[in-house]
Amino acid sequence: MNLLSILGVFSSAIFSGTSLLYTTLGEVIGERSGIVNLGLEGVLLVSASSGFAVTVITGNPYIGVLVAVIIGGLMNMILGYLIIHRKANQLASGLALMFFGFGLSALIGKSYVGAKINALPRIALPGLENLPKLYSSLLSFDILIYTAIPVAFLVWWLLFRTRWGLGLRAVGENADTAYASGRDPRLIRYQALFLNGLLAGLGAAHLSIAYTMTWTEYMTAGRGFIAVALVIFSRWHPLRAIVGALLFSGAVAFQLLLQSSGVQVSPFLLDTIPYVLTVLVLIAWGGNRRHSAPASLGRVYHGTE
Amino acid sequence: MSARTFLRIAVSNTLVKNIARYVMMMLLALLLFGIILLATGKDPFQSYRDMFGATFGSAYGFSEVLVAMIPMLITALAVALPSRVGLINVGGEGQLYIGAAFATWGALTFKDQPAWVLLPLMALLGMIGGALWAFIPGYLKSIGLVNETITTLLMNSIAPKIVGFLIFGFWHSPMDTVKTENFVSAARLPTFFNTRVHLGFVIALVLLALFWIIMKYTRWGLEMRAIGGNPQAARRNGIPLKGYLIVIMCLGGAIAGLAGMSHVSGFYGVLILNFSMGLGFMGFLICWLAGGDPIGIFLMSFVVAIITTGGNFLQLTQGLPYAVINILLALALFVVLASPKFFEGKKA
Amino acid sequence: MPNPQDRSPMISLRGITKSFPGVLANDHIDLDIFSSEIHALLGENGAGKSTLMKILFGFYRADAGEIRLSGKPISIRSPRDARSARIGMVFQDLNLIPAFTVAENIALFLPNLKVVLNPQEIDNRINEISKQYGLAVNPRALVSQLSIGEQQKVEILKLLLSDARLLILDEPTRVLAPHEVEALFGVLDNLRKDGYAIVLITHKMKEVLQCADRITVLRSGRVAGTLLRSEATEEKLVKLMFEKALSGLKITESKRDESSKPILELRGIETRAEGAGVTLKGIDLQVRSGEIVGVAGVSGNGQKELCDVVLGMTTCVRGEKYLFEQNLTNRSVGAMRRKGVGFIPENPLAMASIPFMTVLENMALPHTWRYARYGGFAIDWKSLKEDIQKTEKQLGFSVNFYAIAKSLSGGNLQRMVILREMTHDPHLIIASYLTRGLDMQSAIAARQALIQARERGAGILFISEDLEELFMLSDRLLVLYGGRFVGEFKPSETNIYEVGHLMTGSKVEHVG
Repeated sequence: MNLLSILGVFSSAIFSGTSLLYTTLGEVIGERSGIVNLGLEGVLLVSASSGFAVTVITGNPYIGVLVAVIIGGLMNMILGYLIIHRKANQLASGLALMFFGFGLSALIGKSYVGAKINALPRIALPGLENLPKLYSSLLSFDILIYTAIPVAFLVWWLLFRTRWGLGLRAVGENADTAYASGRDPRLIRYQALFLNGLLAGLGAAHLSIAYTMTWTEYMTAGRGFIAVALVIFSRWHPLRAIVGALLFSGAVAFQLLLQSSGVQVSPFLLDTIPYVLTVLVLIAWGGNRRHSAPASLGRVYHGTE
Repeated sequence: MSARTFLRIAVSNTLVKNIARYVMMMLLALLLFGIILLATGKDPFQSYRDMFGATFGSAYGFSEVLVAMIPMLITALAVALPSRVGLINVGGEGQLYIGAAFATWGALTFKDQPAWVLLPLMALLGMIGGALWAFIPGYLKSIGLVNETITTLLMNSIAPKIVGFLIFGFWHSPMDTVKTENFVSAARLPTFFNTRVHLGFVIALVLLALFWIIMKYTRWGLEMRAIGGNPQAARRNGIPLKGYLIVIMCLGGAIAGLAGMSHVSGFYGVLILNFSMGLGFMGFLICWLAGGDPIGIFLMSFVVAIITTGGNFLQLTQGLPYAVINILLALALFVVLASPKFFEGKKA
Repeated sequence: MPNPQDRSPMISLRGITKSFPGVLANDHIDLDIFSSEIHALLGENGAGKSTLMKILFGFYRADAGEIRLSGKPISIRSPRDARSARIGMVFQDLNLIPAFTVAENIALFLPNLKVVLNPQEIDNRINEISKQYGLAVNPRALVSQLSIGEQQKVEILKLLLSDARLLILDEPTRVLAPHEVEALFGVLDNLRKDGYAIVLITHKMKEVLQCADRITVLRSGRVAGTLLRSEATEEKLVKLMFEKALSGLKITESKRDESSKPILELRGIETRAEGAGVTLKGIDLQVRSGEIVGVAGVSGNGQKELCDVVLGMTTCVRGEKYLFEQNLTNRSVGAMRRKGVGFIPENPLAMASIPFMTVLENMALPHTWRYARYGGFAIDWKSLKEDIQKTEKQLGFSVNFYAIAKSLSGGNLQRMVILREMTHDPHLIIASYLTRGLDMQSAIAARQALIQARERGAGILFISEDLEELFMLSDRLLVLYGGRFVGEFKPSETNIYEVGHLMTGSKVEHVG
């Protein structure tokens, strides 16, 4: 094994982890407001397919990213209507949204399977432009990768250092108290879900427009559920979500490394690592109040009479 | 159950109302999906004629609806039972995979046995598999460590990969690495009247009836409803909370495992990589929309089965990807979810 | 102080009416609230006090009526409207977010909070006000780590910092020790001097006479009368609060036999605290046949843990528990129940009943094994009904078997639990805050039931924080403080002050 293959593994791990980080950050915001979004898988698919389709049509990846982001937000508004307005069960509504996403993305993407696009341009790490092309191409990343970690800090700042974030977290802990403080828990939950959708859309855009540069049915392969798991793993904290996404990337990288070095380990078993680790982490932290979920996570806000 | 109570249920007002509401809900969903079809340049009337012609137009088509209902009925029950003690089992999908894997091991290992030995053995193995998979979240919940919603959800993502590992590593047929050899005929659940409706349908109905009777008439039903209604009060009244939580969670898992066994033995006759594609999640949705009520589960499964079966024909005639039928399915679910008073007074 | 009647009111309520399904909670209520005044809202549970104030705070919306601020009609549709009218409220069950720090909880209610938070500035503002009124708290502490008394300080600070001029406190003393009550009244007095208007919701007459300037008594959703403190006497207030004359309690002589073997015996019990709970240390206790053992203490000093240990809900890490000289340490609740242990908790809806089940189904729960037939496939409802009816005759009250538990009033629910627990003549009864939240009539019925059980020869562990009640009923009195018994008396050999001091830890003596 040489430096080149290690670099290659490193590079592909970063690419595969980025969409996950954005999605996880979005879900952190949603869950901090008290909403579990099991429909993320569907949201990702619809965003990825529509963003990809628009990129094919316009030839401009930036417009594609923009559309994917907006579609992500809109998809979550369906969920918002069901669980905030109609007070439906969160888990069931999320799963229904997932099935909706399966169908809609298949319909949108049908004509674009195998299409070629102008992907998001890749920019080499500054200072590494002079390396041999083979190396520098492995170390060039698109803009969404460079912004991923700053976005995590931005989400942290929004949640913990702004008035809006304080209100949002209050809604997730006790919607009645938030209401008593003069806030509208419904509006805040809509806002949180919209942001959740925007960030998921960004993650999906990265997946189809920057990383794989293709559209195939069910291309997200469970990323929505991994994101939900990583939110728990990161204990509802945006900065720990970076660690979570790195963990997933690490598992992917580890798998690739093993393969390239000829070690035979079933890729199926390696795929379970993030989930098994999350379960173990949950057990290790279980019962400790400081690590617990937002208190009204999953609860319907009924309002007052 | 006496004949009189049965009659009372059959003509009960709520049943008629329920059916009327299911019809309304279907019409609204069909209308919305029609608009989408129209937008993509398809003729919705032709599509619907194909769908309903295929499902209601022939005895075989209708039997296919019943076939599709089988795993939905059983996985919905795997959610309904734990929900009565307040457990939210989102893990039907994973339990179904593990149950299918255990049953498959039986089918491949004891293939020389006659059907009357092999089938009960496979069913038992499937139930053990599902129960083991559900034991972990059930145990963690009962000692107050981790919420079962989260663990069952996570374990859904692990189970198919373990099945993949088993198929790919040990069980795959010489021809194909993504599935096992076909089961011997002794390992197949018998089918009826030259259709694909298999014994699983009868099993599902018996289980639903049993569930209803146990919840309504027995001591265990009373105690389970008490736990579901107020776990702390139930415990103070001397009902063994921990024991119930673990046992009921495992039973839920066992039922989902049986669904897996019935699906590989009755429907496929072979274990295929990723064969479920959301059956367990569908069961969760159906149970939740039906408010955990056995009759509701039956009606809801029927509606969903019409949609998914009809979707098969839509694919043939309209040149749309099969996945598109999920839109109609989801629209129907949205309509039900948006009317929260659908099953008023019943707690899932 | 000027007579408030000479001034125009700060807030006026006129004709406030509010109904909930089945209940008319407020029926054309008129109320005036003045600045620089403590106004007590007195009434039984369910008289409509909290509902009225939640309407004023915008938490509920009135069906009819008008609210005037300095004479001008205003519309209060939500707490946001109330806050802009400078009205603040502390709810009965405190509404702080345990996962937040003190500062975050307070910041949530700051009216001029900046878009970007400045933690240092918020801390400074908290410290400034908390010094001014002697409400010391650490802004950076997590609320989940604070005691109830400290949490209440945070609630009051929150109101002050939110710029409220009218402070509504819903039963603020319910969870406080006597000396904490004193401190609270001191704070309220200072606030009154600074011009705040304060509404104190309570059902404790003594407190009202101690600190209120004006007293409005509510009875079944209507104003029964408003008095100045100078005109008010305990007698007058009782008359306003209760329509009917109260039937008295018949206390019979205890048939306690000192030499008999104890029914329940705890030897050196020690537990490990769960979460915010209390650790029991070295608990020795004997309950004999035909006696009521009273346990006094401010709630949160180990009462819940004591009940749970006796009932078998929690495991003890050290010590032994004997029932009829049989070692039952760490056996299940079911095992204890079968040996004849009854339990009447302070909150019958949350701790003893299943809200959506019928009364009869609820009655079956502790005895499912007794009424199961065909190995559990059927339940013998008929003999259950017969047994309960027997108890109804004994105790002299009854409940509707087919009502849904949730639809019962607090008093009826407690009756249901008492009937259930007294059926099959339990040998040991644990009664915890038996009368908390009950109206007078129900409280008398509940106490009478205990006395009857004692007559029959049952042993009773009676936990309460109402000293009057404890002195009236107990044959022996123990004081629980910080998870230990710190005193044991015969009620005739002590007085309320001695016990009160022990309860608050100001004079700690370890027993035995």
